[in-house]
Amino acid sequence: MSTDQLRFAATSRLLHWLMAVLVLAMLFIGVGMVTSESRRYHLLLCVHKPLGIAILVLVIIRFINRQLNPPPPLPDTMPPWMRLAAKGSHVLLYGLMFIMPLVGWGMLSAAPYPVVLLGPVHLPPILPQDPVLYARLRQLHTILAYLFFATFLAHLGAALLHGLIRRDGVFASMASWARSTGSTRETFSGPK
Amino acid sequence: MNSAQSFYDQLLASKPSPATGKPDPKAMQAFLAHHPETVRAMAIIKTRVVSSGFADSAFNSLDAFRFVNAAGKTVPVRWATVPMQPVAVETAAQSADTDKNYLFDELITQIHQHPLQWRLMVTIGQPSDPTDDATLPWPSDRQQIDAGMVTIDRVSSEDVGACTDINYDPLVLPSGIEPTNDPLLSARSAAYSRSFTLRAGEKERKAPSAVGTEAILSRRGS
Repeated sequence: MSTDQLRFAATSRLLHWLMAVLVLAMLFIGVGMVTSESRRYHLLLCVHKPLGIAILVLVIIRFINRQLNPPPPLPDTMPPWMRLAAKGSHVLLYGLMFIMPLVGWGMLSAAPYPVVLLGPVHLPPILPQDPVLYARLRQLHTILAYLFFATFLAHLGAALLHGLIRRDGVFASMASWARSTGSTRETFSGPK
Repeated sequence: MNSAQSFYDQLLASKPSPATGKPDPKAMQAFLAHHPETVRAMAIIKTRVVSSGFADSAFNSLDAFRFVNAAGKTVPVRWATVPMQPVAVETAAQSADTDKNYLFDELITQIHQHPLQWRLMVTIGQPSDPTDDATLPWPSDRQQIDAGMVTIDRVSSEDVGACTDINYDPLVLPSGIEPTNDPLLSARSAAYSRSFTLRAGEKERKAPSAVGTEAILSRRGS
């Protein structure tokens, strides 16, 4: 197989790493925001909302890109349970990237708080005013955030498992930017 | 108070001790020894005239905000609502009243009789005026603008009124008004957000206030 078939497409890798930075930043901004009462609170709050919307837009682009550029197949050496875990955690990650901003947007709408992107640029509400619904969504936002944290860590752990221990080329299929010809998977297949 | 920390410290210092049911005076002394800004602010508060009720009280915004004009130029502001009702000094009988609700009951009765009005006075600060310390007054010669009238012509209880479902978040501001570097704005916003969520979450199970519709209606025509 050629490198291109074993690696994620360049747009896929670009979207992955851009979103990795944004999501990681977002998780810490969110947790930092709700545990702070200093002036930093306002700054974090102002960054949190547009960043959430950016993630929502990017995950939609990413989903379309995934249909156009399907990911490379997983190596045959992976046992079925691991394939299932890989598929499940990716469905969860995509779901959370899509749902989290919508829950946030819906929660602000139900409060109702203005959904401020930047200065006078506001988004319209997506739900009617309902304090009880607001409280439920606010709670859901926290629960999903911790689920997201856990899934992110599992994803990171799996990436390190592939890259450092199994050395089956899965890590390189996303992490490698080398313009080498020939099989990336062979290059990273570990000691023979 | 000029920070969330000093507010927290003061709450702890004024907590009633389980033995006496009253705050420990030593704890308050220790708090004041570390907070000269509170001592200064309390001295200013003591010089004011205590009015007879809510209707003849002025309400001052201690936090500062920024007004922004079309050209993007900003000025620091504070505002106050100044009563149109003649100010009467609190009587000895009033200060001896042990009924916890008499100020609220009077307000309800008065609004049933006639609307109450306040002037919204905006004080324009100078760049040197402190915006990050709510305990410091601005010089009294600052320009004041009469920005309009606040009229209260109706009263409703919290269980049917619209204001229960609103979080009065000092960081949710209309275009043209911006927060200052006052640390209380973020502290209030963060705390209000938390309490609003808790309040909204228990709305189905619990009335928002002990003052219900009956308390309002019973004072009509009294």
